[in-house]
Amino acid sequence: MALYSEKVMDHFRNPRNVGVIEDADGVGEVGNAKCGDIMKMYLKIENGIVTDVKFETFGCGSAIASSSMATELIKGKPLEEVEQLTNKAVAEALDGLPDYKMHCSVLAEEAISSALEDYYRKHPEARPPKG
Amino acid sequence: MIYADNAATTKMSDGAAKVFVSLLDEAWGNPSSLYAHGQKAKEVLEQARQDVAGVIGASPREITFTSGGSEADNQAIRTGAALGRKKGKMHIVSTAFEHHAVLHTLEALKKEGFSVTLLDVHENGIVDPAEVEAAIREDTCLVTIMYANNEIGTIQPIREIGAICRKKEVLFHVDAVQAVGHIPVNVTDDCIDMLSASAHKFHGPKGVGFLYAKKGIRLTNLIEGGAQERGRRAGTENVPGIGAMAQALKEADAGMAENAARVVRMRDRLIAGLQEIPHCALNGDQERRLPGNVNFCFEGIEGESLLLLLDDKGICASSGSACTSGSLDPSHVLLAIGRIHDVAHGSLRLSLGEDITEEEVDYIIRTVKEVVAYLRSFSPVWRDLMAGKKEFIL
Repeated sequence: MALYSEKVMDHFRNPRNVGVIEDADGVGEVGNAKCGDIMKMYLKIENGIVTDVKFETFGCGSAIASSSMATELIKGKPLEEVEQLTNKAVAEALDGLPDYKMHCSVLAEEAISSALEDYYRKHPEARPPKG
Repeated sequence: MIYADNAATTKMSDGAAKVFVSLLDEAWGNPSSLYAHGQKAKEVLEQARQDVAGVIGASPREITFTSGGSEADNQAIRTGAALGRKKGKMHIVSTAFEHHAVLHTLEALKKEGFSVTLLDVHENGIVDPAEVEAAIREDTCLVTIMYANNEIGTIQPIREIGAICRKKEVLFHVDAVQAVGHIPVNVTDDCIDMLSASAHKFHGPKGVGFLYAKKGIRLTNLIEGGAQERGRRAGTENVPGIGAMAQALKEADAGMAENAARVVRMRDRLIAGLQEIPHCALNGDQERRLPGNVNFCFEGIEGESLLLLLDDKGICASSGSACTSGSLDPSHVLLAIGRIHDVAHGSLRLSLGEDITEEEVDYIIRTVKEVVAYLRSFSPVWRDLMAGKKEFIL
């Protein structure tokens, strides 16, 4: 049995949305090199919709695949939907991750939240009302 | 496929495989049975014992067959501890970068009241004999130090340490799992009291190894039962495995000088090629290392993704990254030689076999260069390093 699902390997081998957005509206970086995983997400947001997203990741195969899948799940989506993204959704979209790799999907969720938070800091008017 | 993970396991030699299969057919009797068919299996065992002993400079009666290196390590250390306890000596000296078969046994003994000194192995991955001597106390019952490290391949000054232990009258165990069959090992010349070895590291079968214990050392049993191995290791013997191990060891010993010279040339070519990659470092002493061992850290990337991409390109290797072990910490060996977590995650071990060719080495160099550059191209760590936001460690 292979370590990872075909989907994980596909997103690892051919990561989608890799790179940098120079004039990003929100940037988030989570993780640390000490633990062996860092993810950085760049969001381009127009009229409440994620029009573009790119990522950079330092990490293992499942970290790279999780970042890639997460970008696919949020691209073109309204912010309300992006906010709902969970690590579980990322892992499920990848046809599952080994138990000890679930933290990679958590990191992807956190990287996106962190980028969104950065956007809201710069655009407080766009922050949806709490509740 | 280029197999460059011979420190993990080796392929059985044709000769060993042939012996293994023929023994399944010709010597499947129980060596403890008294009829001729059983005694034939017994003869195979005793011939193997003689062959193995001959290669390492021991007497046949000093060899106990085990299920492998881990069992031999456990038994040797438990023996040293039990003999020490009887004399009220409950201190053990070892190093910080031993195999877990040793370190975890020592941890277990600590819970039983033993104290353990783990010596520093310095930046070059080599223990200083003077520090071994200084660490030996009145109540030291055992010194256990590996012959060569399994991750970074550094060869320890075993003969000097052996002489010190002999002078201080302290038992000396050597985990020689990575050394036997690859570099000359002689228990008499090296003043070794106990030594562990594993067949599958020198082209023998898996699940078999041996423990050498100098005459007069009463081994502690890990497995109670019948009187096999003169009461030191119960259980019907793995006759085909033991016969094949002896064959593999004889072959490895006969070809050692020639193989080592060739593999060292390949290793040095590989090291020189990989050193061209910016911001990398060889782990462990460049000269005093096993013929086939190459181990690097590459800054700004993580080891597991490196291994997966190398696998896609037909190269089998290993890494000390946390992600390859299922734990959060990278290799204790790399941490022991002072590599900090950030770069220890980006390690790569290539352990070459005797049949490696120059073309294959060049392909590995090209491919590793490509893959490292690719992973760096979207690593936020590498971006920060290149932008001067972070300082290079390597």
